[in-house]
Amino acid sequence: MTYQWHWSVFLERSPEENGTYLDTLLLGLQTTLATAAAAWILALALGSLVGILGTLPSKSARVLTAAYVELFRNVPLLVQLFLWYFVLPEMLPFAVGSWLKQLPDASFVTAVIGIGFFMSARVAEGVRAGIEALPAGQRLAGAALGLTTAQVYRHVLLPQAFRLTLPPLTSELLNTIKNTSVALAIGLAEVMARARAMQEFSFQVFEAFTAATLIYLAINLVVTLLMRALERRVAMPGSGSGPP
Amino acid sequence: MTSRFDPHVILDSLGYLFLEGMAFTLMLTILSGIGGIALGTLLALARLSRRPLLRVGAGAYVNLMRALPLVLVIFWFYFLVPYAAAWLIGASRPVSVGSLTAALITFVLFEAAYFAEIVRAGIQSVPREQVMAGQALGLKARQVTAHIVLPQAFRNVLPLLLTQTIVLFQDTSLVYIVSMTDFLGAAAKIGQRDGRLVEMYLFVAVVYFLISLLASHAVRRLAGRTGAPA
Repeated sequence: MTYQWHWSVFLERSPEENGTYLDTLLLGLQTTLATAAAAWILALALGSLVGILGTLPSKSARVLTAAYVELFRNVPLLVQLFLWYFVLPEMLPFAVGSWLKQLPDASFVTAVIGIGFFMSARVAEGVRAGIEALPAGQRLAGAALGLTTAQVYRHVLLPQAFRLTLPPLTSELLNTIKNTSVALAIGLAEVMARARAMQEFSFQVFEAFTAATLIYLAINLVVTLLMRALERRVAMPGSGSGPP
Repeated sequence: MTSRFDPHVILDSLGYLFLEGMAFTLMLTILSGIGGIALGTLLALARLSRRPLLRVGAGAYVNLMRALPLVLVIFWFYFLVPYAAAWLIGASRPVSVGSLTAALITFVLFEAAYFAEIVRAGIQSVPREQVMAGQALGLKARQVTAHIVLPQAFRNVLPLLLTQTIVLFQDTSLVYIVSMTDFLGAAAKIGQRDGRLVEMYLFVAVVYFLISLLASHAVRRLAGRTGAPA
């Protein structure tokens, strides 16, 4: 082995930004978190909507939901990002397309939309499974009380279904954060892209990747702990849905 | 858009796209599927072992891999494998290995963590009585595992293992980031050469979509027939 470790490289000036390599990595962390947060909000909103549609009595709503989920689940994320980034602007009218391409944050916007839609299909599956896991009596009891379908969902089904869905949603949130790294291929300067740039400028490959690894492990730990706390907070006494 | 959608660029490069690109993608998928399930089974057995060192070690490995993005793991091994190869054969400089080998090592080690969790669920789905019955017959622990537990465990989670392999098939497109010529990489090269990214990326999306859709429908039919969860 000929590799020379050189840990103080983090304190050297980076040619990329006004600061050290450590500073650029932390900038990357900010971008990762901002992208993941925005994509997650989009995924949660769209995914819940689509997932709920899939449990309605209407057959066409169920078919639409299934088609939506298949569409976003059967194409690799990287290819989906390329479609949003390179293909969509060419398909739109010329003026709109060039406006899109010249957005100052085109990579960020594309990553949020692309990862948001990609993850929304998984969220939809989780929400649908959560609603379907509830006993049929819940829906019937709501109807017997004279609630409308919307009220049954709002007051009876969704509060229980979202609690059931919290553990799978936690892992989808973690996947969303991990998936932001794919956006380095469309030029998003997130943690992985910053580590890669550091490796190219400083030649200290393994220090850069070790730093990225530690950052991802730390994010993972914090998110897992926060979500467990949330699960405990919203657990219904006696429902057995919360952690012991 | 410089000109209208031009299907010729796709038709002219079909040979390269499939014989080079898709061949690499499928080879990588199949080999890392087999290797990942084999290593994943060992990891699952280690996680359920009575030896604390094995249990903790396998658990740490699985959790580490599952916490990291595949992109990061691809970069790690892309740079690490040449050093590891040099160390293995005692060379003084990093040794370059073929891109299929480097990708294969990466995907086997990464996907094994995901396969391990599936196999572990499968092993735990086999009723305790099956193990006890095996012991009562005088079988050794190794024989109980090999002849009684694992065959039933695999049958119970076969659809999940295949679904994970479809995910793996899609994940292999990430080798694009280290410039390997998989299906996506091949299409990107043609698209960049001819200035036809729109046609190439649309075609790539359609092909991935059709293969994954057909494969997942086949898995669902299989699951319906065996009564195992999909």
